[in-house]
Amino acid sequence: MLWEYIANGLVVGTLYVIVALGLSIIFGMIGVINFAHGAFYALGAYFAVQLQHALGFTGVLIISPLIVAILGMLIEVLFLRRLYSGDPLLGLLFTFGLAMVIEQLIRIIWGPSGYPFDIPKALFGAVPIGPFIYSKYRLFTLICTATIIVGLWWFLEKTRYGTIIRAGTRDPEMVRMLGIGLNSIFTLVFGLGIALAALAGVLSAPLAGVQPAMGNEIATAAFVVVTIGGLGSFWGAIVAGLLVGEIVTLSIRFWPPGAQASMYILMAIILLTRPHGLLGERWEKFE
Amino acid sequence: MLKEKQESESSNLYGLTRREWLKATGKLGAAAAIGSFGKPLFSKVFAAEPIKIGHITPRTGFLGQIGAYAVMGVQLAVEEANARGGVLGRPIEVVYEDSVNPGTAVQKARKLIEKDKVVALVGEISSASTLAIGEVAQEAGIPFINTGANSDEIRGTKCHRYVFSTEGSNTMYVNAIGQWLIKNQKFSKWYFLTADYAFGHDLYRVSKKLLLEHGGTELGNDMIPTNTPDYSPYILKLKSVNPDLLFLNLAGVDQTTFLKQYKEFGAPFETAGGVMDTVQFWAAGPDAITGVWPSLWYHGIDVPAAKEFTARFMKKFEKPPDNQAWSDYVAMQIILQAIEKTGGTQSKDLVKFLESGVEFEIYKGRPGKFREWDHQLMQPLYVVKVKPKAQMKDPWDIFEVLEEIPGKNESLETIMMKKEEGCKLEPL
Repeated sequence: MLWEYIANGLVVGTLYVIVALGLSIIFGMIGVINFAHGAFYALGAYFAVQLQHALGFTGVLIISPLIVAILGMLIEVLFLRRLYSGDPLLGLLFTFGLAMVIEQLIRIIWGPSGYPFDIPKALFGAVPIGPFIYSKYRLFTLICTATIIVGLWWFLEKTRYGTIIRAGTRDPEMVRMLGIGLNSIFTLVFGLGIALAALAGVLSAPLAGVQPAMGNEIATAAFVVVTIGGLGSFWGAIVAGLLVGEIVTLSIRFWPPGAQASMYILMAIILLTRPHGLLGERWEKFE
Repeated sequence: MLKEKQESESSNLYGLTRREWLKATGKLGAAAAIGSFGKPLFSKVFAAEPIKIGHITPRTGFLGQIGAYAVMGVQLAVEEANARGGVLGRPIEVVYEDSVNPGTAVQKARKLIEKDKVVALVGEISSASTLAIGEVAQEAGIPFINTGANSDEIRGTKCHRYVFSTEGSNTMYVNAIGQWLIKNQKFSKWYFLTADYAFGHDLYRVSKKLLLEHGGTELGNDMIPTNTPDYSPYILKLKSVNPDLLFLNLAGVDQTTFLKQYKEFGAPFETAGGVMDTVQFWAAGPDAITGVWPSLWYHGIDVPAAKEFTARFMKKFEKPPDNQAWSDYVAMQIILQAIEKTGGTQSKDLVKFLESGVEFEIYKGRPGKFREWDHQLMQPLYVVKVKPKAQMKDPWDIFEVLEEIPGKNESLETIMMKKEEGCKLEPL
């Protein structure tokens, strides 16, 4: 029976991982704490609602994050870019305001009521896997998120762009001195981070429904995951995301009153014992 | 250079240049002049002073989806009243406020009473906000009709002389679904899932009492935080417990999100619940919903007046009214009728009229009236069951109405709270 919970925690965790990775990449590279992450997550789900009849679920799974990423990149070029040279607080304030603007825009455009979003026919229902029965759609999200994580790892570790991003994350000045322009890289990274949030939004829409404030809960969890994993750490976000998924699931099984607090308790313990997070390192730029 | 700068600064000491100061003064003077001479003259000749009513309900946050329907209900009621020439020859004006949370609700209620000078308050969904507004209304002596909050205390230990409820109490909902469950012999082993705040706790208390009174067993209960996005661990737990019936004390988005994920895991157990909001069920979609539920009002009931109301509502908003739109529409009609019949807006007269046992059209096939000693609207509820998807004719046609409770010939008192439960109204 316990295995069922552990497997389920894994599925819950991978969604946290995707959202947290986006947050972590943006913070690591640009130094902006993206408070609008949850809003972009919701936006991804809303574009999916809008386009699902024309494109089908597979279509929106790709197109919706793409649209949101383009929107994000536009916002980066038009506004966010101007704030990099100033106080780091500016970026935080800007994205905080942006989150409210996006949420209200969603209310204006799509209304305050939620939208139904059905699980695709082929993925509806439960299948037996070994000793237990599990939801087909959740298995599908697990496969999706695992693919994304592997793809992202390959992109960051094995491609030229990935190398520049990783170098730029640690020492942007040195990268500039090597003659590599970082402006377009910043835009790309912001777009990529946002796309991950939007993708998680689309994936969770059939599970939790679509409504304007849907991103708030997961964004908070993503902040916790990034803190536990260590700021800017790729593997940290993954380990911490899965850990949070497990702890939430298992605490519901064994200690229901603590379900909501469990991830914060974990965060407090980690911060007390490893102030830089599980896999976080001392980065000069964050000190 | 330096001198120039100083000069320009000194002229801006109060953020104004001399010219701007003069302009502003001129405008103020003009406004005052129009205000003192123009207003009484024009308003007396061309229009009678409007009667102002405050509508306060959550329009953002997790109850915002329902609040939007409440506003529609009020809009229709006021539009219809004004089309008939208003009340006492005066037009009706509604001041709308988003109550957000109990703290803000208190401030907004005060603002509506003190600044806007409304003669009555209508609205709310959150029980916590309703209790807070009730205090303000009682203190100010302004009638307040609660249209959406369920907690028993609002009509029980914390009832007020100036507070009336068109919304049913948790006891009424649970007794309605309970009577149906008794008839269909569903009392055996139950598992509860309960929303972890005042409303859920209250509902759990009442539903558990009902189960134990009828010889059933409680297999367990989980308190669930609001806005939980993922219910899979609870569903897994449920499967290991294996109850005969799952009883939900959830509300709002939480309820439909749960149902959706529950169906995803095959919805293995029969499901019923203490409270149901139609809007949330519409939003979840036909694939995601299941179970037997109590309903305050549903547009599919077989009552001619309800059908006419639905048609008028659909004409204006292109969708049918839900239970919340119904409640705010009815409350608005009731307060307007009270003003009409008492011939004025004296709050003591309004309260006396409302508690006098006078009957109102409530689109349920039999008239409703406020119970004298706790100000709860006496009315039947409905037990509805989610239809199979193939039988739904449109996106709103989701329920089969199983039964009206209490039945046509039974007393409406049978589902209501008992006098021992503690309501003592203040003297007027």
